[in-house]
Amino acid sequence: MSDSREIIINRAVKEIEEGMVVNLGIGMPTMIADKIPAEKNIFLHSENGMLGIGNYPIEGEEDADLINAGKETVTAKPGAAFFDNAESFAMIRGGHVDLTILGGMEVSQTGDLANWMIPGKMVKGMGGAMDIVQGARKVVIIMTHTNKAGEAKIKKQCDLPLTGQGVVNRVITDMAVFDFTNEGMVLREALNGHSIELIKENTDADFTIDPSLSGGQ
Amino acid sequence: MTKVASSFTESIKNIKDGDTIIVGGFGLCGIPENAIVELAKQGTKNLTVVSNNCGVADWGLGLLLQNKQIDKMIASYVGENKVFEEQFLNGELDVELTPQGTLAERIRAGGAGIGGFYTPAGVGTPIAEGKEHKEIDGKTYIFEKAIKGDAALVKAWKGDPYGNLVYRKTSRNFNPLAAAAGTHTIAEVEELVQIGEIDPDHVHTPSIYVQELLLGKNYEKRIERLTVRKA
Repeated sequence: MSDSREIIINRAVKEIEEGMVVNLGIGMPTMIADKIPAEKNIFLHSENGMLGIGNYPIEGEEDADLINAGKETVTAKPGAAFFDNAESFAMIRGGHVDLTILGGMEVSQTGDLANWMIPGKMVKGMGGAMDIVQGARKVVIIMTHTNKAGEAKIKKQCDLPLTGQGVVNRVITDMAVFDFTNEGMVLREALNGHSIELIKENTDADFTIDPSLSGGQ
Repeated sequence: MTKVASSFTESIKNIKDGDTIIVGGFGLCGIPENAIVELAKQGTKNLTVVSNNCGVADWGLGLLLQNKQIDKMIASYVGENKVFEEQFLNGELDVELTPQGTLAERIRAGGAGIGGFYTPAGVGTPIAEGKEHKEIDGKTYIFEKAIKGDAALVKAWKGDPYGNLVYRKTSRNFNPLAAAAGTHTIAEVEELVQIGEIDPDHVHTPSIYVQELLLGKNYEKRIERLTVRKA
């Protein structure tokens, strides 16, 4: 795992609190599952129709009928439930899922999210992302702070087609944690020793700084 | 009263060129393998296929793509299939991408006699363009239409001759929804059990939704992403 991924995942796992129902997106968010402390009683929701994902199966015990939304073989933890996809998304849209952690391509300063298509490239589909960002009680996006070209992924406006408008509550990157509030975007934490100056340089958006942050950590 | 059909060959002949078919499954999990293989063999053309995914290049609905039997695909995620990409870029294939929850609810609505519904999913995104918007109690929704199928292909774990179905684990996914939304629903099962063997409390799809039932054979149950841990 690269350093930036590790920073993001280690910070993101702290979002998960005792007793929560959590939906983790495909890719980097799925890796958070392994970091959840065993003593925490959490229910992981999988949009293909399961509440209570357990560990990955022991080699040889995998079951083709038991997968997560990323099509990986999983197990069911004691107390798990299976259901159909309409019911699964009723849980999501109905506000029954406490938290979702998803990957992102761009986030705007007003909490818009783009994470499903790049024009001119093959469109793979949005899967369940558009439903989840509308329905989960808290939407946390995790992504690297800048793209491979070093450009900011947190911007005044998203350039890519949106997944949802004003849906993001928090974004966690390898540099910082930002919240999206009624008063606008707020820098809450500087991560991995990054200075507020450096965070500002790498963020193409207007934001205020949480008073508890005095010149970075 | 029995809905047990004589063969996949005869049952799949009920699907005609130009039909809309709803197909259960999520990825390759819980797909009606035998029915799809037979449909590929019969070569029925100009199909509109409604399914969350489109299989992989050489299995599941990918077999119908290879044969160019699909004109239009309604799905939420198609990133697993290279043939799909090729035909989409060539303009051979029409694609309607639908958020997964919206797709599930459109199929559910189709089976439940609902014309459509308002959902927040997709508001402010490209998929909301051209759709009716409505504000309800201060929140914006878009209108999405129900989907009905001329036929539905579903896969269950157990079924009885009346057509009651039980699914296993996450292979349930879109199957019960598809069963209800198909005008002619063909269900295939791994185990055909006797009437009365399924506890009525445990029926997932009541028999009323199923027109034909077949005992499937030689299930491959391919795994797309085998992930395991050491003992």
